[in-house]
Amino acid sequence: MKCRELLEFLMQYLEDELPPEERDSFERHMRDCPPCANYIQSYRAVRAMGRKALCCEGDAVPADVPEDLIQAILRARQEGRAG
Amino acid sequence: MAPTPNAVPVDPESLLVDRLRQGEDAAFEELVREHSPRMLAVARRFLSSEDDVRDAVQEAFISAFKSIQNFEGNARLSTWLHRIVVNASLMKLRRRRRKPEESIEDLLPQFSEDAHRVNPAFEWDGRQDADLERSEDRDFVRQAIERLPDTYRNVLLLRDIEELNTEETARILGVSENAVKIRLHRARQALRTLLLPRFGVPEHPPDASGDAPNDEGSR
Repeated sequence: MKCRELLEFLMQYLEDELPPEERDSFERHMRDCPPCANYIQSYRAVRAMGRKALCCEGDAVPADVPEDLIQAILRARQEGRAG
Repeated sequence: MAPTPNAVPVDPESLLVDRLRQGEDAAFEELVREHSPRMLAVARRFLSSEDDVRDAVQEAFISAFKSIQNFEGNARLSTWLHRIVVNASLMKLRRRRRKPEESIEDLLPQFSEDAHRVNPAFEWDGRQDADLERSEDRDFVRQAIERLPDTYRNVLLLRDIEELNTEETARILGVSENAVKIRLHRARQALRTLLLPRFGVPEHPPDASGDAPNDEGSR
């Protein structure tokens, strides 16, 4: 397996969708190629960082809902007779 | 005759759903007050203008009010509303899209003819595995996600942030599951490239370290 193939198979590897033979070949390449091992480490980290940056961790949500928005939503329901 | 078993505790959410179906005004207000913070947070991940965010949340609630009779009791209200506000945000985004997207190719790994990756100027700094405790770091990541072309950013948001599965993402975007997989992989790779200058370290030139990887190996 070459570096290009490793990156092509990366998602399947992480999703555990690679057939055993290719998985072995993938892992062998990763052991022998520090830049690719580093790449995979970063690929995993990037996903976690996205979640942290966009505040999905710990279910943190802002509590600052403007009252006028709430009233606008309720008014729209009345006007549209939705629900 | 066996005694009547103790009453099974009633799930407060099913009570709320019943009241919504009966059209009780107070129930709708309860729903909006309880779920709007989370829905605003979701819409803000997709939309940059606060006016658009408010519109998307309002449209999502109106759509929910109209379809409450179709709400299936085996789902959670929060999950149902989440899908609705994601849809409303994407609709808004589609209406707003006005300029052709830039190509993502420059942000993807480049390979030489013999399939080696070329010129990675940085390598990931493992120590940075990203607690993102500093707000500047979180801002940097947010801005990097914002820089991705919509086609890729939306898939990244839906799969990695909103945690929809491939099938749901494909359905919402109206593309094949295979397209979702390809776009997600490219989006993550491109985001990595954008984050490297901040969270990476300059890579050692191969001839300086004396222990360059062996090009004749398995690669």
